[in-house]
Parts: sequence; C-alpha cells; structure tokens
Amino acid sequence: MLQDKDRIFTNIYGRFDRSLRGAMDRGLWDGTDEIIAKGRDWIINEMKASGLRGRGGAGFPTGLKWSFMPKDTKGMPAYLVVNADESEPGTCKDREILRHDPHTLVEGCLIAGFAMGATAAYIYVRGEFIREREALQRAIDEAYAANLIGRGNKNGYDFEIYVHHGAGAYICGEETALLESLEGKKGQPRLKPPFPANMGLYGAPTTVNNVESIAVAPTILRRGAGWFSSIGRPNNVGTKLFMLVGHVNTPCTVEEAMGITFRELVEKHGGGVRGGWDNLLAVIPGGASCPVVKAEDIIDCPMDFDGLRERKSSFGTAAVIVMDKSTDIVKAIARLSYFFKHESCGQCTPCREGTGWMWRVMERLVRGEAQKREIDMLLDVTKQVEGHTICALGDAAAWPIQGLIRNFRPEIERRIDEFSYNAHRVEPVLVAAE
Amino acid sequence: MSVRRLAEATVQPASFAFSAENAAWADLTIAKYPEGRQQSAVIPLLMRAQEQEGWVSKAAIETVADMLSMPYIRVLEVATFYTQYQLKPMGTKAHIQVCGTTPCMIRGAEELMNVCRSRIHHEQFHTNESGTLSWEEVECLGACVNAPMVMVFKDTYEDLTPERLEEIIDAFEAGRSVEPGPQVDRYYSAPATGFTSLLDEDAIKRNARAWRDRPAEPAAAAAVASPAAPPSEAARPKTSAEETNPAIKSPSPVKTDPAVERAESVKAPAVNEAQANKAEPSVEGDSDQRKSGPKSPEGSADMKAPELMKGEPVGADGKGPATGAGEPGIQSAGKDTAGRTADGSDETARGTNTGTQGGEAN
Repeated sequence: MLQDKDRIFTNIYGRFDRSLRGAMDRGLWDGTDEIIAKGRDWIINEMKASGLRGRGGAGFPTGLKWSFMPKDTKGMPAYLVVNADESEPGTCKDREILRHDPHTLVEGCLIAGFAMGATAAYIYVRGEFIREREALQRAIDEAYAANLIGRGNKNGYDFEIYVHHGAGAYICGEETALLESLEGKKGQPRLKPPFPANMGLYGAPTTVNNVESIAVAPTILRRGAGWFSSIGRPNNVGTKLFMLVGHVNTPCTVEEAMGITFRELVEKHGGGVRGGWDNLLAVIPGGASCPVVKAEDIIDCPMDFDGLRERKSSFGTAAVIVMDKSTDIVKAIARLSYFFKHESCGQCTPCREGTGWMWRVMERLVRGEAQKREIDMLLDVTKQVEGHTICALGDAAAWPIQGLIRNFRPEIERRIDEFSYNAHRVEPVLVAAE
Repeated sequence: MSVRRLAEATVQPASFAFSAENAAWADLTIAKYPEGRQQSAVIPLLMRAQEQEGWVSKAAIETVADMLSMPYIRVLEVATFYTQYQLKPMGTKAHIQVCGTTPCMIRGAEELMNVCRSRIHHEQFHTNESGTLSWEEVECLGACVNAPMVMVFKDTYEDLTPERLEEIIDAFEAGRSVEPGPQVDRYYSAPATGFTSLLDEDAIKRNARAWRDRPAEPAAAAAVASPAAPPSEAARPKTSAEETNPAIKSPSPVKTDPAVERAESVKAPAVNEAQANKAEPSVEGDSDQRKSGPKSPEGSADMKAPELMKGEPVGADGKGPATGAGEPGIQSAGKDTAGRTADGSDETARGTNTGTQGGEAN
C-alpha cells in the first residue's frame, strides 16, 4: 500500500488548508524556479525517464507528447490546453484536484508550459463543474497575486493561465473536439493529421493534456524520475487516483500505486464488495468505455495499463465501477449505450447511426425481445463502428457491448429464451432493428 | 445525438440584454482570448445569459452573436449542440438534474427519477403546475463516487436517498437553502467510514520539508527508457478475441470442395461381415435384463388406449353399448374397471406365452 509520504495529491479530500499558503506548506511551489532554470530539455528528459503515461485514458507517454512541440515557433504563440472536461461515466478525479488541490495544477501548467515553449494555458473545465471552476479560478488568482505566474513572475518564465469552460458535451473530452469547442464552435473532432502539436488551438502548436498528468509533473520533477518510476511495475509506473464506484461498501477517490491488485484496492479503501466477495458479478475497470470484466478475472488483476489489457479491457481513467449480483448487467450496459448515443456528435455516419442502432438493440436485449442471431449481428455492427470514425467515441461505444457479449452471452440468451417462452403479445413488434 | 430546438415563438421574449454586472464580466471574458478570436467566448457568454434569465432565448442568442460579431447560425449551432443550455423556460425555484448514467443508476438513480416524476411532473423538461420546479435526466455529472446525485443550478447534492431528495425538493419549493455536498455523514469523496489515507497534515508537511532538505542526488543519467508498448495502442483493449470474431459462423458459410474434404478426413474402416450385425455388448444382451421376459410387450393395460383393447372394434361407431364395455372412463367408471380387469388377465396370459417363445429362441 502506498504511504502518505509518496502521495502527490496531499489534499485530495480538501481536509487541510486549501489556500496557496497551505499548499506551499505541503511542498508545492517549492523550487519551481530551480526546475525552470534547468531548461526545457532537462524537464522533458526527466518526464520521459519517469515513465509517466497520460492519465486521461489513452496512456500516451507524457514526456514524449511534450517533446512533439516545435522548438522554434517562428514568432507564433504556442498553447498548453488542459483537458478538465471530465465526463467519462465513473470518473471524478479531476473534480477533486480542481476543487481541493488546484495549486498542483497551476504549478504544473507553468512547468509544462515552459517545457513545451507555450505562452499561455487554457484550462477547459466541463460546464457542470461550476464550483470546481470557481475554486480553480481562486487558486489562479492567488498565484497571480503572489507573482508566481503572469508577466515578469518570480519563476522567470512569462506565462498566463486562463480558465475556460464547456457546456455539457462528453465529446469535448476528445482533444481536437476540445480545441474546436475552445474556439467557440460545435465540439466536433478534427481529422488528424495535422496533429495539434503542429496545428492546434487557433492554428498554433498546442498540446492537450489531462489535468492529472499536468498536476503530477511538478512533484515528479522535484522528487526525481527515479522516485516516480520506482512505484508500480515497469511500463506502468507511478501513483494514480483511483475511483471506487458502485457496489462497494465505501465508494471513494484515493491515490494509490499503479499495479495494486483489485482485491487490495477494494479491501483497503472500498471497505469490501457489498455483500462480500462472492457477491461480485463484474467490474468495469476504467470508466464507461472499457469492456466489462467478470469477477473471477479481475479479483487478483493488477490495476494498470498492461494488467487490464491482458484481461481484454482497458485501464482508462481508473474509474472502477463495481457491480454486484443484484445488478442487471445487460441493462447497465444498455444505459451506457444510451449514453454514447446521446453524446455522439453526429459527424461520422457509423457513430451517429450506429450508436442509436446499438442502443435500440440493447434495449430489446434487456427485455429478451430479440432473436439469438441478433447477438451476432450486434457484435458484427460493433466491429463495423469500431475504428471507422474520426475520434474514439465510436470505439468507446462498441467496446462495452463487445465486453458484454464476450462475458455474459449466456445471460442474454437466457433472457431471449425466457421472453420467447412467455411471448403472447397482443400488439405487433413495431420497433424493428432499423 | 439529441435533437434540440428553440422554444416556440409564443414564449420567446422580445429582447435580451446583459445586466450591468454581467456586461462588465463579459468584457473581461472576451479579453481572455487573443485578438480576432473573440468567438471563443461564445460558450461562457451564453452560459452567463442562461444564469441571468434561467434559459437561453432566441433574443439572447442573437445578442451574444452581435457582441462577438458572429453569424447567428454559428451561435444557434452552439446553443443547440451543448446540452447544458436550456432552450425553454425551466422551473424558477429549482431545475433538478438527476444523473442517470450507469454508475448512478446502479446505486438507485431510477428511484430518484420516480420521486421527480411523482413530485414534479411525469415527464422531464416540464414544469409543475405552479411553474416553480422542473426536472431532467442528465448524463454523468462527474460525482460518481458520491452516487446517486442530483444537481440544482450550481450545486450538487450527493449520496441521496429518495426520501432525502423529497426533502430537498420541499426545501427548494419553500425557498429554503440546502447544504450542498454529500447528504450523509461523509467528508466529500473520502470513504464514509473514515479516512484511509492522508491522515495527518503535520506528517505531510514534515515529509515535504524532508524532500526539500534532502542531499542533492548525483545527476542521474536520465536513461530515456522509451516505453515498450507502441504508444498509439497503449490503452486500447484487445478486441481481437476469438470469441468475438464475427467471422465465426455456424454452420460455416465457407464452401469447401468435397474432394478436399474427403482427402482430409480419416478413412472409414473396411466392412467386416462378422461385425456388421453385432451391436455393442451392453445392447447385445450379455447382461440380459429381460430374464423373465416382458410381462406385456404392448405395455401395461393402464397405459393402453381403450380403442386397442382386445375384442373391441376400432372406429367411430365401435364403442357402442353392444360390446358390453361401454364408454370407458367418463360415464360409467365401474363398468370400465370391470372390463379392464378382464382384459388385463387375458393380457397376462398372452405375455407369458410370448416370453416362453423368446426363451426357446435363445
């Protein structure tokens, strides 16, 4: 179990002093000017050596991403955009950072901005996080007042931080859709290439990072890459905010070491599964878009990128949705299908039409009002949506259904049998699988 | 995607203007973006308009478009794309947004929606009779460890039960304020039973000082270990599982040449006349289960259809009273029993006979 001394977010519950003064007492803004004095290359190399992988779900190495920014922008501005549009169902880690430990993010913005040669940072907070946005703005104002950021600050790098917000669109968590939204348009993802590092916000070089990736950077640089990479397993190092959601006795957000087993995580922080371990049915290990994993597969699985990839799922944002045997698993996944249908931006046909189609079939599978061959047809359609859209929302809509069919096919078939044994409906079926 | 349209013309106000305070705020907001990029402020401005009026009217959309020198259609696009904008008037005292996505659903969000249905209106986006309350089901609001939860205006009310939600609705209707945050004894997102980490602030501060004062490490040769996994595939689940392969169909749609199949299959054993008529030993009768012979090869009398009873003519008019047996079963149970007894004894005799013959044959 991770010790408090190795935790990066020292005030994640907001229990201690939330002001800049309190954050500094807990070690933030400590030697920031020295880190900046070491130069861009040192910071990027140290980040690469630390092995930090992006915390937003895709797991792209953060140091590598920073290094994509052009060294010389030829007088053009460059931007750091922080993705605080946290909308993945199950995920609520950035909320805690924003409202309780925002100074980690403010300091991270300065250092990351310096490392990639950005002139300003825009923090895109999701529209529903109103109090969180206010807390973040307070922290930024404090930092400006203390001359830690802004023009001619004491850290020796001129840098502005602005807070922007969305208005309720999951798709704006996709980096190019976020940039579109930040430019005041509909949040519809852009085709890549050009990648944001070459042509991002307002056509300028831009890097989009998750809140947690940016917020852990200052502590990593202060304590050294060696410290960070000594936690966890190779390729899956460091600490991570885990969210225990659903049928555990005490749901919570907690910072833990990567690679902690599911059993230990739930026992230590979640107070055990509701109704005991025998009552565990399935787990969605990384937020809504990750395929569901059956209880017996996950109990002793190390919770990190590779561990869950081996279980044919994904680490995602480490939002662990635990479901006990009282859960209607088909309905739970059908609700996710509705979510993706609701949040599809409508740009690519396979996703716009496919998400709605998949949801309608899923709704019939919940009742068992289907033919068994439709299970295969549904699977086939998920394969046709997956990978045929501009952004990953199509994939995200397909994976939960694939996971359901892979793990719970007998349950779906049982419902179909049950329905057809009792089927004596008066009205004809109007809702066809269009 | 969801289809969202502006409210009907009858409810649209004639004009919209930001209040003095909001107009000053709007100027500051527009100044956050580079010169020529004022369009970026459209989302915050529309949101401020909604905070002021309670919803986004057509007049507000056009006012914002004029402020940012944008074509009306671009602002209309934004207002209809983002689901947080209310395009028609909502409850004046409270608009309750119930999170209904799976993490909240499995912890009881549906019961919260039932409360809203019974207390406010059976349909979402409709106000109650006095126009003070309305509700809607929204997608994940990002407070999943405190599920189930609702959001009213700027605040979230978490860890709810249906009873507690009723109390909250009552309070809003009466104009009382409710303490936002978890509605159970719990500190924000910490475990409800007590903290499992970050117990002691002094220890954390001491630790920070210890890191600060530690002796400088020798400059570690920053071995840039490039990650082994290809980054683009880093977190994608493997979806190429055999069992989810749609190509697997049964029976296989692939037609194969019969000659190829014949060549690949195992040869059948040659015909052996002696073996051909033999069955498995267990079937053949080494363990003869019929030592005494069947009592009745045609089954017991109870199981026999009355039509096939001996001596009875078979057919539509064969069951007349002339046979003496009468209608079996229904009208005269006594007579039937008598008839069956007679038949039964006859059966027994015949069965014994057959058994004897069987014995001779063996």
